[in-house]
Amino acid sequence: MRLLIVEDDRDAADYIARAFREVGHIADQAPDGEEGLALATDRQYDVLIVDRMLPKRDGLSVIGELRAKGIETPVLILSALGQVDDRVKGLRAGGDDYLPKPYSFSELLARVEVLARRRGARGEETVYRVADLELDRLSHMVKRGAKELDLQPREFRLLEYLMKHAGQVVTRTMLLENVWDYHFDPQTNVIDVHISRLRSKIDKGFSQPLLHTIRGAGYMIRDK
Amino acid sequence: MTNDVVTTNARAGDSATGRLRVFFDGMKARAWPRLSALGKLSNTTAFKLTLVYLTVFALFAAFLLGYFAWNTRRLITEQITRTVDAEITGLSEQYSQGGIRRLVFVIDARARRPGSSLYLVTTFSGDGLAGNVGLLGEGVLEHTGWTETVYRRLDDAEGTEHHALVRVFELPSGFRLLVGRDLEERERLYDIILSAGQWSIALVIVLGLAGGFFVARRVLHRIDAMTETSRIIMAGDLSGRLPTAGSEDELDRLAVNLNVMLERIEALMRGFKEVSDNIAHDLKTPLTRLRNRAEEALRSGKNEADYRAALDSTIEESDELIRTFNALLMIARAESGQASTPMIEFDAADIVRGVGELYDPLADEKGLTLKIEAGAPLPVRGNRELVTQALANLVDNAIKYARPHKAEANGMPADVVIAASGEGDRIRLSVSDRGPGVSAGDRERVVQRFVRLEQSRSEPGSGLGLSLASAVAHLHGGELRLEDNGPGLKATLDLPRGGPQLPQPNE
Repeated sequence: MRLLIVEDDRDAADYIARAFREVGHIADQAPDGEEGLALATDRQYDVLIVDRMLPKRDGLSVIGELRAKGIETPVLILSALGQVDDRVKGLRAGGDDYLPKPYSFSELLARVEVLARRRGARGEETVYRVADLELDRLSHMVKRGAKELDLQPREFRLLEYLMKHAGQVVTRTMLLENVWDYHFDPQTNVIDVHISRLRSKIDKGFSQPLLHTIRGAGYMIRDK
Repeated sequence: MTNDVVTTNARAGDSATGRLRVFFDGMKARAWPRLSALGKLSNTTAFKLTLVYLTVFALFAAFLLGYFAWNTRRLITEQITRTVDAEITGLSEQYSQGGIRRLVFVIDARARRPGSSLYLVTTFSGDGLAGNVGLLGEGVLEHTGWTETVYRRLDDAEGTEHHALVRVFELPSGFRLLVGRDLEERERLYDIILSAGQWSIALVIVLGLAGGFFVARRVLHRIDAMTETSRIIMAGDLSGRLPTAGSEDELDRLAVNLNVMLERIEALMRGFKEVSDNIAHDLKTPLTRLRNRAEEALRSGKNEADYRAALDSTIEESDELIRTFNALLMIARAESGQASTPMIEFDAADIVRGVGELYDPLADEKGLTLKIEAGAPLPVRGNRELVTQALANLVDNAIKYARPHKAEANGMPADVVIAASGEGDRIRLSVSDRGPGVSAGDRERVVQRFVRLEQSRSEPGSGLGLSLASAVAHLHGGELRLEDNGPGLKATLDLPRGGPQLPQPNE
């Protein structure tokens, strides 16, 4: 995966770039909005990581300019402004995801991977399959092997989101945002409880667990 | 003799100047405050307004009196001309009937009567034939028509000159007839009116100045008191309040409004101070812990596992710090009542169901029953995200402190009840639990930032949940109410349906 990090804080940009390279991605850096815009226009990237407040050219204006040029590379906005309305503003400007600072790298990585694979993702499929787990998005039927599983509506949507991003790490915040549409931090880890409920329904009694906890990051549904 | 007088006068002038100088020196020496007070007074709006009104009023009065005087004078003149005209008509008739002899006879008779009437008949060359006029202004007789002139009566022993209005009429044969009236009466009346006018204008000015001075001083006194108080407040004593008279006039309303404002500022400042105190206390603790752990790992870490564990706990601790900072920022934003907070219409019952559903598994895991009481849609205007978060905080709290007991089996309500209800123009989102509750004395306190009652110190949490809920309620023009649930706590977000309104004074 090829990334462009547009961030004026050198330390932060270096840190993110190094971390992405460590997990096998290619990361370019741009210290200001003008250069970021030029690089993003000239080269092919899978995901752009853009800070909101940049010298020379504001992050939102960079995104707007890219979209106006017909460049649809997914953009993740980084911002010290973490309020709901700031988030909405960022997404309205053409961003695809919004991550308030300070963030953990695992959160950033999970979101960037989801963004990068979005176009090739299984958004259009009607049936998601992971090993012998099967989720039918139209009939709302969930089966593991031959056994039909009885899920609550929210559990269904939770599983649907996890299976849509099968093989990818999904963080608690991502689940809260995408499954519940809540953008705040519930003080207790309510998501964990929902996950363990779901897990007891899909994994209990089966030899191969599918729903994994990724320590320090989140959850993942995968075959092995 | 003359020299003497001059010298005396000069000396008198000298000593007068001397006295004046002494007076001024004295003013300079000790009367500065009075002078500046006077300057301040003349600089007030009330005084300036008084002066303007005074000028306008005096001009108006002068105009009115002048018009009155002029009109009176005109009326008298008119009366004189009318009688003189009538007399001349009569006399010329006498002349045409009986010739000059008869006219002279009649004039002689009339001229002897005492009064203000003047008569004179002259030949063409100006020799007097009959009448009571001894001396006339130059050239009066040469022109026919009306003239105002000085004259002297024939029978006037002292021979003083008087003013008169006369008409000269040329009789057909060249004789001239002069009939006139003395103007002394008219002048006297005119003078009376004029001096009355002067006096009344002087009175208007004196009374107006005194009144203006009085009003300005009164107003100035109150404003001075306000200025003095605000100076004390500016110096840092935020508990000061402006004096109010209770008269509900403009100044009073201003003072009341300013007091409301001061109260708000004081509350904000108090909040600010508490926050910094609490930040110092509650954030320094985890920061110290963080630092200690890193230091300890450096000092005594023996292998990678040790370092890894230390780093893990460091990250965990800093996540907790970030969370606390986020909550603090959110509270600050909600409390400052930022207008930028987007307000939309949403269904509060939906929020209750959503939050209930989010927390149900958590309650279940703790062995608690959670009941949602939300029926018909409850439209409300506000920030959906913030209200949701506030309610989530309340539910989180309730689940944290509730104790499981065989709730519904015994016909008792559930351990935690989340309910939405509407009444009039208010909606209520309440969370009731059956935990230890909060004693009446502590209810006020727990809403404050970072306050956690001693018995709950062991529970995780930043102690910001209730403060955030309260700040969100205030942002929406509502309040967070904590009540006894007998046993337990009932926390209610009481919000106006229409969203926040501007705060009213006199509240």
